[in-house]
Amino acid sequence: MPRVVVDVMLKPEILDPQGQAVANALPRLGVNDVASVRIGRRIEIDFTGEPDLDRAREIADKLLANPVIEDFTVRLVEADEPADARS
Amino acid sequence: MTARVGVVTFPGSLDDGDAARAVRIAGAEPVRLWHGDPELHGVDAVVLPGGFSYGDYLRCGAIARFAPVMEKIVDAAAGGLPVLGICNGFQILCEAHLLPGALTRNQHLHFRNRDQILRIEATGTAWTNTFQSGQEVLIPVKNGEGCYVADTATLDALEAEGRVVARYVGGNPNGSQRDIAAITNPAGNVVGIMPHPEHAVEALTGPSLDGLGFFTSVLKHLVGTPA
Repeated sequence: MPRVVVDVMLKPEILDPQGQAVANALPRLGVNDVASVRIGRRIEIDFTGEPDLDRAREIADKLLANPVIEDFTVRLVEADEPADARS
Repeated sequence: MTARVGVVTFPGSLDDGDAARAVRIAGAEPVRLWHGDPELHGVDAVVLPGGFSYGDYLRCGAIARFAPVMEKIVDAAAGGLPVLGICNGFQILCEAHLLPGALTRNQHLHFRNRDQILRIEATGTAWTNTFQSGQEVLIPVKNGEGCYVADTATLDALEAEGRVVARYVGGNPNGSQRDIAAITNPAGNVVGIMPHPEHAVEALTGPSLDGLGFFTSVLKHLVGTPA
């Protein structure tokens, strides 16, 4: 059964002090060519039946993201698909 | 008749006891309200206390907004019920769209806990009518996510409509835009404040008694409001 993935990111104009802190730590790893880091949140939703993207958008808009400070995207992935980072 | 001021306890609330105590010291009867109970039990005003409701999971205040008691509070606030949100309560009021903007991680990422000078700028609200405009007060601030943000149009509207209730003086503890520490809704019955007036009501534990003014203000407001 496909899974709904919601990605929530701070809007570009909102300062992300967490991302800045990570970016500032990178030179300690010897990484000096990173201009910026921004941190968001990935939420995976499994519906009991067919995934409902409209419903997922409603969930994201009302609860998962705060539209005052955050943007979100909603998409479908195969549930057994490896996470992007590992692929 | 003694005014009855509700204090909501969410799972993770910390300052509900102090808020109830402040209500009592101000001369009102505190009424403890439970997050899961969709009843306001006839209270005349409500305080949303500080703490970490629902563990601050997702975002501060995001889940508390959907508590059964909050639906009643949102409806009653539209009808003029005085509501004061302190710290986490301020975050909940923003998440519930009773106040504009949002509270985000302190710009410097450090938790700040100190006595803070505020300048009271709006004295027409239900919670600040015993202060003088421009009066400086000393009240503890203690937050990790107290950085007030809103878009420029919202900030300009708050300023133009006199809805910035208090600003930080002598150093901004969290990076809040335009040093904003407290705001109100257009009607002036809903106020959100990041510092903690309920911690400044007794000489034994507080840096001042300045916080008491918020609680005596609502009593004055209620006396002036026809039932």
